[in-house]
Amino acid sequence: MSDPLLQVRDLVVEFPTRRGTLTAVDKVSFDIAPGEVLGVVGESGAGKSLTGTAIINLLEPPGRIGGGEVILQGERIDNLPQEEMRKIRGKRIGMVFQDPLTSLNPLYTIGEQLTETIQTHMKLTDAAARIRAIELLSEVGIPAPESRIDAYPHQFSGGMRQRVVIALALAANPVLVLADEPTTALDVSVQAQIIALLKKTCAEHGAAVMLITHDMGVIAETADRVAVMYAGRIVEIGPVREVIKNAKHPYTDGLMASIPSLTHEAERLAQIEGSMPRLTAIPDGCAFHPRCPQAFDRCRRERPELLDADTTQAACWLYAKEEAVT
Amino acid sequence: MTAFIIRRLLQAVLVMLVVALIAFLMFRFVGDPINQMVGIETTPEQREALRVRLGLRDPILVQLARFIWNAAQFNFGTSYQFKQPVSEMILQRMPATLELSMVSAIFALIVGIPMGVYTGIRREAWLSKLFLTVSLVGISLPPFLIGILLIFIFAVNLQILPSFGRGQVVDLGFWSTGLLTVSGLKALILPAITLGLFQLTLIMRLVRSEMLEVLRTDYIKFARARGLTERAVNFGHALKNTMIPVITVTGLQLGSIIAFAIITETVFQWPGMGLLFLQSVQNVDIPIMAAYLMLIAFLFVVINLIVDILYTVVDPRVRLDGGAAV
Ligand SMILES: Nc1ncnc2c1ncn2[C@@H]1O[C@H](COP(=O)(O)OP(=O)(O)O)[C@@H](O)[C@H]1O
Ligand code: SF4
Ligand SMILES: [Mg+2]
Repeated sequence: MSDPLLQVRDLVVEFPTRRGTLTAVDKVSFDIAPGEVLGVVGESGAGKSLTGTAIINLLEPPGRIGGGEVILQGERIDNLPQEEMRKIRGKRIGMVFQDPLTSLNPLYTIGEQLTETIQTHMKLTDAAARIRAIELLSEVGIPAPESRIDAYPHQFSGGMRQRVVIALALAANPVLVLADEPTTALDVSVQAQIIALLKKTCAEHGAAVMLITHDMGVIAETADRVAVMYAGRIVEIGPVREVIKNAKHPYTDGLMASIPSLTHEAERLAQIEGSMPRLTAIPDGCAFHPRCPQAFDRCRRERPELLDADTTQAACWLYAKEEAVT
Repeated sequence: MTAFIIRRLLQAVLVMLVVALIAFLMFRFVGDPINQMVGIETTPEQREALRVRLGLRDPILVQLARFIWNAAQFNFGTSYQFKQPVSEMILQRMPATLELSMVSAIFALIVGIPMGVYTGIRREAWLSKLFLTVSLVGISLPPFLIGILLIFIFAVNLQILPSFGRGQVVDLGFWSTGLLTVSGLKALILPAITLGLFQLTLIMRLVRSEMLEVLRTDYIKFARARGLTERAVNFGHALKNTMIPVITVTGLQLGSIIAFAIITETVFQWPGMGLLFLQSVQNVDIPIMAAYLMLIAFLFVVINLIVDILYTVVDPRVRLDGGAAV
């Protein structure tokens, strides 16, 4: 395997509060290879967005990185000075947010926002930046980009705006794009188009993608590998086909079973009972144990790390090798 | 756009008609104009003759129509007290008031906006806290007290600035200005600060709270994620989005500045309309009071109109000819 593009090691995101520190992302580790699409799934509140925001170092105070490392192309970036980190944002890591209706500044034309981004990261004249902006718009499928470039965001539909946002994320040819639920706010009819477009344009630009979503269908069609998050931790990570067809972790298993389109065996597990714990009440040991049908003694006492489970890695004691069980 | 302006103009005319009605009622029901004009030795017959000659025996609607017709041409008759045409007296004093008001407003904007931006961005800095504390004083002290305080410090103690009058003015024919002489400019400083201080604190607090609001929006997060410099984010994207409320408030405040100039003009014996108005109130000089009322109302209406038009310049979404969504 080639050297990873991004390495996240034991990343912790925490919120200091009056009643102690809340840990919202708890020792998350994963790699993304160059050009790879890593899907990140999990229920709302699992810590997916915070993981992405921490990678690009835009956590809003009081939220902060409480530990771990983020390494981009061999260089540690989580502890860079603000100005150094700013030069990485947009230039090497692009970002696509959830809601295209609010992602664009209403007072500037999309051309102004594009050329501004291009010229922040590339030494281009106004004319050259404009040409590049038009190219980008045409790449993301905006019709008549030469004239639409001077339109304001409110003159575009939601789907078209998300195309503009993708163009903005790719403006300076980043090596990684973080897409946080890029279609959740969109009309169902355009969601598939936008995901396909994101995948295609990122591939053309040679950018890897961290695709955050709670839609397994999207992951199944788009991702190479998938990480499943639960209560601030990664519970399973592996090749997308394995995770979907052959989930090892009981939580992933339940998650997959609850998606009718993914399973043809209707008699499999129904929805998982209960709901994800709040940050203030994360159970000891395996955070999933109160809901897990296969929980046993050790699960309540010890927290499982990611363990090799055949084709994937799962944070579950079921896959503990025959070591001395206490 | 034209329809929009025409609608606004019609509203403006309506407002002016209502104000004219109020001014007219003032004429009719406050004091007796004949008593104000003639001496005690005038016989009742002479009084009645004068009454008929002035049209005071005409049907009330005829009188109202005549009043509005004259007011539209800025003709309010003769001052009871000074026996001079009111319009002439007001026009003579208008430059002094308008110069003072404009300079105050510009002072409030030029100082208030940067202070607002600073306190909005550097929320925790001690300087921000100082600004906010001092601004409380600016809001809670009455202007005449601030004026007297300033006179005490700069005119009486330090003796570097004059305490009253307008200094030397240059007559441009249609306008007498104090902006072209050193003594005129020096005379302007203390009254302008006195008059503008309240607006300054208001604008500072407004810009601050708007900045705090805007800095939380998605498009600011996205601007950061695109790697734009702090300066571009704060001034290019955030500040511009605070301008709509700032324009509104400044516009409305400009009207109040002109109206409240009365107090400052009195403290500094500034030869403007406000001082004239105050004298006319003491002498129940209705023509001057009516003229002043109409003029202030007119200025309010004009400023509001300008504010509405400025909106469309700043915010593309308000431009009514904006294109439709794709
Ligand atoms: N400012 C904050 N203060 C305290 N907790 C927060 C804050 N922001 C987010 N969280 C918590 O962090 C957890 C993870 O949030 P997030 O990463 O947005 O979840 P996801 O994107 O997976 O839905 C949530 O439980 C949320 O309540
Ligand atoms: S560790 Fe235990 S509780 Fe947790 S998922 Fe595995 S079996 Fe279930
Ligand atoms: Mg989220």
